[in-house]
Amino acid sequence: MKIYSKLAATTLPLLLASTITSAQTVDVKISNLTQGMFFTPLLISAHDNSQHLFESGTEATAELAAMAEGGDISGLVTATEALGAVNAEDPAGGLLAPSTSTMTNDFDTGSNGLLSITAMLLPTNDAFVGLDSWAIPSEAGTYTIFLNAYDAGTEANDELVNGGGAVGVLGIPANPGANGGENGTGVTTTETNQNVHIHRGNIGDADENGGISDVDSRIHRWLNPVAKVVVTVK
Amino acid sequence: MHIKKYLSIGLSVCSLVTLSACSDNDSSDSVKNVTTPDIMTQSYELTVSNLTSNQPLSPLAISIHGASYSAWSIGEESSLGLEKLAESGDATDFLMEATNSGAYTTAVGAGLIMPGQTETLEVVTSSSEDLKLTLASMPINTNDAFIGTKGLDLAGLSIDDEMTVLLPIYDAGTEANSELSGTIPGPADGGEGYNALRDDVNVVSRHPGVVTNEDGYPDSILDSSHRFDSPTVKLTLKRTQ
Repeated sequence: MKIYSKLAATTLPLLLASTITSAQTVDVKISNLTQGMFFTPLLISAHDNSQHLFESGTEATAELAAMAEGGDISGLVTATEALGAVNAEDPAGGLLAPSTSTMTNDFDTGSNGLLSITAMLLPTNDAFVGLDSWAIPSEAGTYTIFLNAYDAGTEANDELVNGGGAVGVLGIPANPGANGGENGTGVTTTETNQNVHIHRGNIGDADENGGISDVDSRIHRWLNPVAKVVVTVK
Repeated sequence: MHIKKYLSIGLSVCSLVTLSACSDNDSSDSVKNVTTPDIMTQSYELTVSNLTSNQPLSPLAISIHGASYSAWSIGEESSLGLEKLAESGDATDFLMEATNSGAYTTAVGAGLIMPGQTETLEVVTSSSEDLKLTLASMPINTNDAFIGTKGLDLAGLSIDDEMTVLLPIYDAGTEANSELSGTIPGPADGGEGYNALRDDVNVVSRHPGVVTNEDGYPDSILDSSHRFDSPTVKLTLKRTQ
């Protein structure tokens, strides 16, 4: 018994110490690789394994839906910080335009070992670029990660630009490039896969007035990956 | 014109013959047969496979260079040489730029690499501890797409080491992806190659893909066979000396 308690007393501080040493300060460079898609304000979150910003194959949270449908990261910020996450919000100071980059320097991840990133893609109904729970290496160095575009599964991809950014309101909130069409009839009214999944891509059309979609098939499509992230562990 | 075509066919047959002759011998034997290896050079065998459905690749443009040369960057304007390569498949100016930027060596592929086909070629360069590879080619049934890798680090490769990378597809951003008849140089259209007009975003990005006339864009000269996803090309790189 006495031996046991001695062991516990010596092991516990060691375990705590190893958790604390996993804290990292990192630089995060995020590049939008697409030719025609904007990212809404990015959320970079360092958290532990008790939570996710999103998880493919599962139903989106209300906070994720608000981000994916309208670009609003405030719900995700509140929810993650309630569970101990540290966040870097909106590093680009607004939209991250196609083929541009944003740098976040000296992001102190605290005792959180996992890194996640999200931002909505515009113009889409509920597409987002995402990184889910990437384990931050303990070894100093430069690490490159390529990110795919996901569909939150919470809104039908009708591809109509009508200002509909609130959760549950059908439509695309905005086309920042102002390079699409209008008065489309809508691509679809149903969402077959209502869990988070890899986005099928915009359909679009080449019709400036009418057609099925308000996005341009020659401009607003993409191939994965849509973002490059370079993490420098210091 | 006919003579030119025959010539290029003749060349590719020759290279095929050479290749099959080589494969009779164990490749390490053929290395041994080389006269006293010059320790001041390094050799790399590049094997490039076209993984697309119906996008012939223009002759490969290859350079081996140091860290200071960057052939393109996402978000930056294409050089004139890259514009010409991505719009017409002509690698001449692109490789000239590499040479002018201090590249140790440049090489051009034997000809088009058709879908499903593979080309193997050897590149010899002066020895250095700082060697990087840049490779580019145009999928010619597009307005201004290019495939490639830029500044791939060769420093970690010892003799007989091999690595395989899958290459993405980029958009030079110099010509709008109109897909209209007369704008695409490949066999899908037989249209124009290089045009000095820059009527697109004018920065390099990943390619968004082609739409085609079988996907709701009737004005496109392309059909569904010309669609692609990323990656488009497999590159295997082996250091042979």
